[in-house]
Amino acid sequence: MTDPNDSAERPTPQGMPPGGGDEAYRRQLEEIQKVDFALVELNLYLDTHPTDLQALRQFNQLAQRRQQLCYAFEMTYGPLMHFGHSFSRFPWQWPDTPWPWQV
Amino acid sequence: MWIYEKKLQYPVRVSKCDPMMAKFLREQYGGADGELSAALRYFNQRYSIPDKVIGLLTDIGTEELAHLEMIATMIFKLTKDADVEQLKASGLGAHYAAHDRALQYKDASGVPWTAAYIQAKGDPLADLYEDIAAEEKARATYQWLIDLTDDVDLQDGLKFLREREIVHSMRFREAVEIIKADREQKKIF
Amino acid sequence: MMQDGQVREWRPYVGRWDPCPPILVKRYIVPPNQYIPYQPMNWPQFSIDEALFRGTLWPGLFSPYVPSKT
Repeated sequence: MTDPNDSAERPTPQGMPPGGGDEAYRRQLEEIQKVDFALVELNLYLDTHPTDLQALRQFNQLAQRRQQLCYAFEMTYGPLMHFGHSFSRFPWQWPDTPWPWQV
Repeated sequence: MWIYEKKLQYPVRVSKCDPMMAKFLREQYGGADGELSAALRYFNQRYSIPDKVIGLLTDIGTEELAHLEMIATMIFKLTKDADVEQLKASGLGAHYAAHDRALQYKDASGVPWTAAYIQAKGDPLADLYEDIAAEEKARATYQWLIDLTDDVDLQDGLKFLREREIVHSMRFREAVEIIKADREQKKIF
Repeated sequence: MMQDGQVREWRPYVGRWDPCPPILVKRYIVPPNQYIPYQPMNWPQFSIDEALFRGTLWPGLFSPYVPSKT
C-alpha cells in the first residue's frame, strides 16, 4: 500500500497543511457529507418504515455512492475511518491533521 | 462497538471570535437536555425497550454523538485564540483559572453534567415520551442559542441542529405508534 | 415572518406597574411534526445537495427559524 507520491501528499505537521483543510478538501468532504446525510435520514426513516421498498432501494444506491466518494477522498487525504474500515499509506496516516474540529 | 469517522456531520463555520457564545453553547454540551445527555439516554434505554425500537435508539443516539462533536467544534473555535482578557470579559475567568481553554461537560451556568439527567423508567411509553420531550426541549434551546448570536455562519450550524431535533421527535412519535400497535401486528405475521 | 405558518402568537397581560416596556406579542413555533401521526410513504424529498443544508431530507418536516431579538 506504499505510494511513490506518498511524501508529497502528506500534510506537514506544523503550519498550514498543503492538502488537508484547504478549499478543495472542504468541497470534496462536503460531497460526502451530503450523501451521508441523506443516508442518515433514510436510515432513521427505515427504522420506522421497514417495508418501504423504494426507500430501501434508494438507501442501498446511496450507500454504494458513498463508498465511491469516500474511496476517492481517502486516496488524496488519507483514511476517514479507523480500525480497518479504511486503508492507510506509509507511514501510518490516521494521526495526520486536520481533525474535524480543526477544519 | 462504535467506529469513528474523521469528519463532521455538517460543515461547522464560525466567523466571529466570541467566547461568551462558547459559554452559552455549553448548555448543549454538558446541559440536562444537551447532546451528551441525549446520546447516553438513548443508548441506555436500549437494554430495556422492546426489540422493535432498539435500532432507532441506537441510530439516533449515534447521531447525537455527531452533534456533540459539532457543539464541541463551535466551542473550540470560539475560544481557541481568545486571549485571557477576552475570556475574563466573557465570564470565563473562573473557567480559565481551573481549566484554561479545556472543554468541560458543564451547562451554560457552569453546573457540571450529572447522570441524574439520564431518565430510564423501564416502561417503553414512559421512556419514549421522555425522549420526545427531550427533543422538544433541545429544539427550544437551539432557538434561544440562535437568538443569542448574530454570526450567521454559527446560526447556520445551530439551525441544522435544531431541525434534527424535529426529525428525531417525529421518529420517536412513530416509535410510540409501533409500541402501541404491537398486539395487532402479531396477529398479522 | 417567513416561517410557513408555523408561528403562533399570544398577548401577555400588561400590568400597569410593570417596570420594563411591555412585550406586547409573544411568539412560539409549532413545527410540522406536531400534526403528523406517522410519516406517509413516498413523501417528496429535497435533493441530496439541498437536504444537508435544510437539516432534513423531507420538506414536510422542514421548519425554518428566524432569530428574534426580543
